Amino acid sequence: MFTKNRKAGLYTGGQPSLRGTLIKIAILGLIDAGLVFVIMLLVAKHAWTMVVVLSIIGLAVNFIYLRQGGLPAKYLAPGVILLLIFQIYVVLFSGYISTTNYGSLHNGSYEEALDAIKQSAYAPIEGSIDYELKVAEAKDKSLLFIATDFESGKTFVGGSNYSKYPFREVTAADGLVKDSYGAVTGLKGATILTDDQITDRSVEVTSTKVPMGPNIEVDGFLSTTDAFTAQHYSYQYIFNEKDQTIKRISDGVIFVADGSRGFFSNPEDGEILSEVGWKVNIGLRNFTRIFNDEQLRGPLIGIVIWTFLFAFLTVISTFILGLGLALLLNDSRIKGLKILRAFLILPYAFPAFLSAYVWKGMFATENGFINRSILGLDNSQGIHWLTETGPARAAVLLVNLWLGFPYMFLISTGALQAIPSDLSEAAGIDGAGPWKIFRLIKLPLLLVSLAPLLIASFAYNFNNFTIIYLVTGGGPILDPTLKITAGGTDILITFVYRIAFGGAGGADYGLASAFSILIFAIIGSISFFSFRRTKALEEVTA
Amino acid sequence: MTKETIKKKNFGRWSKQVGWKYLVAAIMIVYAIFPILYILSTSLTDMGGIENKTLFGQFYLGNYRDLLASKSYPYRTWLWNTFFIASLTAIISVFISACAAFAFSRLRFKGRRPGLLALILVQMFPSVLGLVAVYGILSALTDYIPAIGLGTKWGLILVYLGGSLGAGTYLMYGFFNTVPKELDEAAKIDGATHTQIYFQIILRLVSPILAVMGLLSFIGTSSDYVLASIVFNKSSQYTIAVGLGTLISDPFSKNWALFSAGAIIAATPIVILFISLQRYIVSGLTGGAVKG
Repeated sequence: MFTKNRKAGLYTGGQPSLRGTLIKIAILGLIDAGLVFVIMLLVAKHAWTMVVVLSIIGLAVNFIYLRQGGLPAKYLAPGVILLLIFQIYVVLFSGYISTTNYGSLHNGSYEEALDAIKQSAYAPIEGSIDYELKVAEAKDKSLLFIATDFESGKTFVGGSNYSKYPFREVTAADGLVKDSYGAVTGLKGATILTDDQITDRSVEVTSTKVPMGPNIEVDGFLSTTDAFTAQHYSYQYIFNEKDQTIKRISDGVIFVADGSRGFFSNPEDGEILSEVGWKVNIGLRNFTRIFNDEQLRGPLIGIVIWTFLFAFLTVISTFILGLGLALLLNDSRIKGLKILRAFLILPYAFPAFLSAYVWKGMFATENGFINRSILGLDNSQGIHWLTETGPARAAVLLVNLWLGFPYMFLISTGALQAIPSDLSEAAGIDGAGPWKIFRLIKLPLLLVSLAPLLIASFAYNFNNFTIIYLVTGGGPILDPTLKITAGGTDILITFVYRIAFGGAGGADYGLASAFSILIFAIIGSISFFSFRRTKALEEVTA
Repeated sequence: MTKETIKKKNFGRWSKQVGWKYLVAAIMIVYAIFPILYILSTSLTDMGGIENKTLFGQFYLGNYRDLLASKSYPYRTWLWNTFFIASLTAIISVFISACAAFAFSRLRFKGRRPGLLALILVQMFPSVLGLVAVYGILSALTDYIPAIGLGTKWGLILVYLGGSLGAGTYLMYGFFNTVPKELDEAAKIDGATHTQIYFQIILRLVSPILAVMGLLSFIGTSSDYVLASIVFNKSSQYTIAVGLGTLISDPFSKNWALFSAGAIIAATPIVILFISLQRYIVSGLTGGAVKG
């Protein structure tokens, strides 16, 4: 029995108790019931992908927990499932998006884009008259437009179905009744709708197109936006169903669907018909664009340099201040150390997003606490902390120093106390001064234990979105004429955020995802290599 | 030499060796606390804007009263939302990470080392960069399982859980390794099952660490701005971070004092917890890299 267990591994110890088994079955039962319920809902909504995903998860969970053995899976399953959906999938999805042109201009399928273009394919004819409109209803409840041209006094009637209710002029002979002002009050075969009825059918009214001739594409149509006046609309483009092309009526240019760009474009000169496009796969073009696009490269170089500088300066400044404080207060003669320490780590304990807001308020040019109360400047000579690149950079660094030095203070104190005191005592006996002891003995030892944390801090600040975003928003914007705007304090991640979620050029998720993958690669490899180096360092000195 | 001169001489030496340290520490403390004093004093003025010039020139409690009673800024709902989301995320993520850390620390299986490496790597993908995908997942869920879709607390909790597992598992793995393996071996020989070893021995031994990890997760989640701001779009759904942001998003608003009051209320419990548990928190943050 014992040998059998040993073979199976360390953790197949005793027999499972009845109570434990019952609890397990009960929890599994609850999970299964919930899953089955949700899957049934999903089947009813025909969400087959989700049905498959959830079924696989459900079967896997039951398999893992019901079988004997396979212990690691039992402990890993919940974490792995969540990690797969919300981390791995997110990374992979970003990878996929980075090879598409997905964005606010390309956010759907070809059919959706075509629908949108068709919707905007017509416009009111310039200089055409406004008709006085009465919305009426025929016997079959379909809508009729009774439109009066006040200049000529002529009145027309028509419905959206041209063959049944053709657009034609009507006179008193057709049963048209007008009041003394010339407004239509009745027409034979039609019931004029009251305001309330129009309100009830407002969507139908505003979406109705009344053809003004047998060929709606040539003759145009009447349409209304307010139910009191109607305008003559004409088509600017005509869609050809058979060969999926679009003809621009004004000059007869034919646009074809360009599958490599996701636009309708003129094959001769590349002109695009409309900004509205659809999502297509564009391979690595987002990545080549990062390196080749002139509009992007200029600001990007500055942003990359500033990102490294920001992360580096933050780590260095917080570390120097924190270590200095730790050295200063690492002294048994100082009384009330606990209280001093509690005050010193307040910035770290105060929630960072609140600190960001508070500093933003204090940095205000006009009436800001820093300009007025600390520097004693009035509003006219105040420093533009948040609206000029230089001061704004100083401001975010100052904020980050304030936020970060207590952490460095705490970890340096811990590391200092871990250094055996006989080392520095021995050095002191050999005649080394305090500075020499610090530089030659304490600092190297400190760096061995703190290097991984300093690297982690660098990696964290490299992507310190919250502080930049909440204090300056990445601003001030350097060149507002660029399609993708860059700000003076933008670090890579805030720049990417602006590309993805707005800015002058609209959202470009594809480009943003390509950036994300690159940032991930940069930060991943920096961490990987430096951790390996520090590990080597540790082994050498140990 | 009289007693007086000895005292004076001692004082001179004291101030040269130790006294100046107090002075430097005092200067640093002023630097550390003046923004907090500023926000505290602003919350006690009736001016509304940022024009508070002097510290503690006034003592006016109206902002606190107005904020807690405000209809347009449902602050108490924000507090509750934040508390609900952050505490559930903390509890669940600590439990799940602990399970995974136990497997990595105590069990031997194929793919253990690559798994650990993958964990470290994946959690380096910054959550801001995954926003598009996260939004996509949640809006798909909104269509089919609305209870965990956009605008729901559970949807956001799931997103946080996915994001916190990597780092949490890795940190806890370090702590589990410090618990001697001989303990579980002894228990096993006495006939304990793996669940008994896990729940009754290991989890109990590391329970202080679990508490600290939970607290750190709570603070981290309740401070998140970006994810919460894309998931929620109604004032009644906001967390503190998003809600207080809307309070001062208009640069000409006169809500600065209200914001200050809100910030003080939200920060006080966190600061108190943090300061009183600082020893444990430092060890939690450094993941055993520094034995302080």
